[in-house]
Order: sequence, then structure tokens, then C-alpha cells
Amino acid sequence: MWRYLVPVSIFAVLAAFFYRGLSLNPGYVPSPLLGKPAPEFELPRLKDPAATMGSRDLDGQVALLNVWATWCVGCRQEHGFLVDLAESGGIPIYGLNWKDDRQTALNWLTDLGDPYVASAFDELGEVAIDWGVYGAPETFLLARDGTVLHKHIAPLDEEIWARDFLPRIAEQCGSLPCPLETGE
Amino acid sequence: MIRAVTPAPVRMLMLVTAWALLPATAWAIDPEPPFEDPQLEAQYQALINEVRCLVCQNQTIADSNAPLAADLRREIREMMGEGAGRGEVVDFLVARYGEFVLYRPRFQPSTWALWGGPAFFVILGMVVFARILRARMAQPLEGEESP
Repeated sequence: MWRYLVPVSIFAVLAAFFYRGLSLNPGYVPSPLLGKPAPEFELPRLKDPAATMGSRDLDGQVALLNVWATWCVGCRQEHGFLVDLAESGGIPIYGLNWKDDRQTALNWLTDLGDPYVASAFDELGEVAIDWGVYGAPETFLLARDGTVLHKHIAPLDEEIWARDFLPRIAEQCGSLPCPLETGE
Repeated sequence: MIRAVTPAPVRMLMLVTAWALLPATAWAIDPEPPFEDPQLEAQYQALINEVRCLVCQNQTIADSNAPLAADLRREIREMMGEGAGRGEVVDFLVARYGEFVLYRPRFQPSTWALWGGPAFFVILGMVVFARILRARMAQPLEGEESP
């Protein structure tokens, strides 16, 4: 009896591990920032280098921070969705323009539309490192108190939005648009 | 007059030797010069050889030409130049990118099985081996196996 049971059970355990392990996506690295306060930052704005954009702009809102660049193919793919999302007016989208050329980025927004309330210009990628960014496009969902609720790596679309973002936003404030926090 | 022609294999050997003697810095991937303190440079090199480049996941940031790898090397250089130790840099990276960024995971509850697994299987193997050996030794030398 044991003669058969032992190899069969070893096989079953291995098969279970491989089934699980081989169906994981190695490109998906869960962010250690989830559930933690978003890293503080302050950078020049893309459109107005003299002004800055940073944590203070995001404070008190349920908002998206979208990491994008003109060299990033996936960003072009999701851009139309972001423009639609911005037009629907439900949630403010902030941009983090990552390791890009300012003029090229400005042209991109002129040509394809600008879904962002504002974009920060992270030329050296220093803020991106603080946010654990490794592959654009990445989209962070932030709570009013600045907690990172969700991070999506890869282009956004309707389906992912409905599956991963809307339920988390609903937990925060019911339906969109989320009311702004009133400073009481 | 006899011309001294170096035989081809010797020329080849000279070429290979010359190539091997090129200073290692010729391969350095960073635009910056190495640290002046050789010990610090060695620590820096050791560390960047243990940090995964998340863009090209089977490379370390020491191997990778990805822009993110260059940014991370620059960040690590700056930290180490300002006196940060290995532990501080590792904590910095893990806080942002998670444990996956380390090629040599730290020993902690989530990695006990990983670190302990090989030892566990070696011991298991030895136990099984000892039991089989003992069972065999218990058999008479000329004994026939009963079906």
C-alpha cells in the first residue's frame, strides 16, 4: 500500500505546486505600497516648469496617479480610455510623466488629448523609484487620506476599470464622483 | 634574411591574454567613475549584482542596460556615497519594490521554506537512505525475496 501511496502523494503535491506556480504571471510584482501612505513627492509640472505638482495636489481626493511616457507603447494604448474617463468627470487623474522629453510629451498631449488634471515631470525617474514604478503604464488608486488602494500595471481598459477599480472606489465613497473631503 | 613571423596560435594566445588583462573598469556599466575607496566600490558591485532588474527580470541591475536599472544604480551609488550601508539600501529597495527585487531573499517567516527546503530534503533523503540500508542489511545475504 505505502509503496504506491508515497510516490502518488509526492506527485500530487508537486503537481499542485507546479499548477499554481506555472499559472502565475512573473511580470506581476505586487506593490509593497498597497494599504500604505503614498510616498511624498513634489516635481515641476509638465506644462509649467515653474509650478510644482505633488502630494499636496492629491490630498483629500480619491484620485488616480497614472505613470506615463511617450516612449511607452502601452500608454498610447490606454490613452483613449483615460481621455474618456476624464471626460466622464468621475475621478481626477494626475499624471507622472516618467523619464520623458518635455516637448515630446507636450506634443503627445496636444495630439491625443490631455486627460490629466496635471502631470508631474519626473525627468530622472527619482519619484518613480519612490513609488516602486518599474514598467509604464502604471496606475495608482489613492484614497482621500493618501493611502494607496490599488496599483495596476499594464494598460487600463473598461473591463479592468470595472473589475479592479470601481469596487474599491465604491468602498471609499459609494458612487462616482467622490465628493471632496470637506475640511471641518 | 629570415623574418621572424609569430606563429598563428601564439598570436592568438597573445590576443587573448591582452584581452584578459584589460582593466575590469573597461566593462563598467555606469557612466560615473568607480568609488575611490576600493572597499566601497566592492560593496557597491556586490550589491548591484544581487538586485533584480524588474524590467528584465532575469538580469541583475549590474547586467542590465534598462533605463530603470541605470536609475537604480545611480540611486544606490548616491546612497552609498552618503554613507548608507548595505542594510539601508536593501530596506530602501524592498520598501519600494518588494522582496522580489532581491536575488538573495532575506531569512524571514515567508522565506523559511525557501531557505530551509534544501536542508529538509537532504535530511529526508538521508533518513530514507538509512532506512532502506537497514532493511537490506537485515535480509540474509543469500535470502530470496518473498513475493
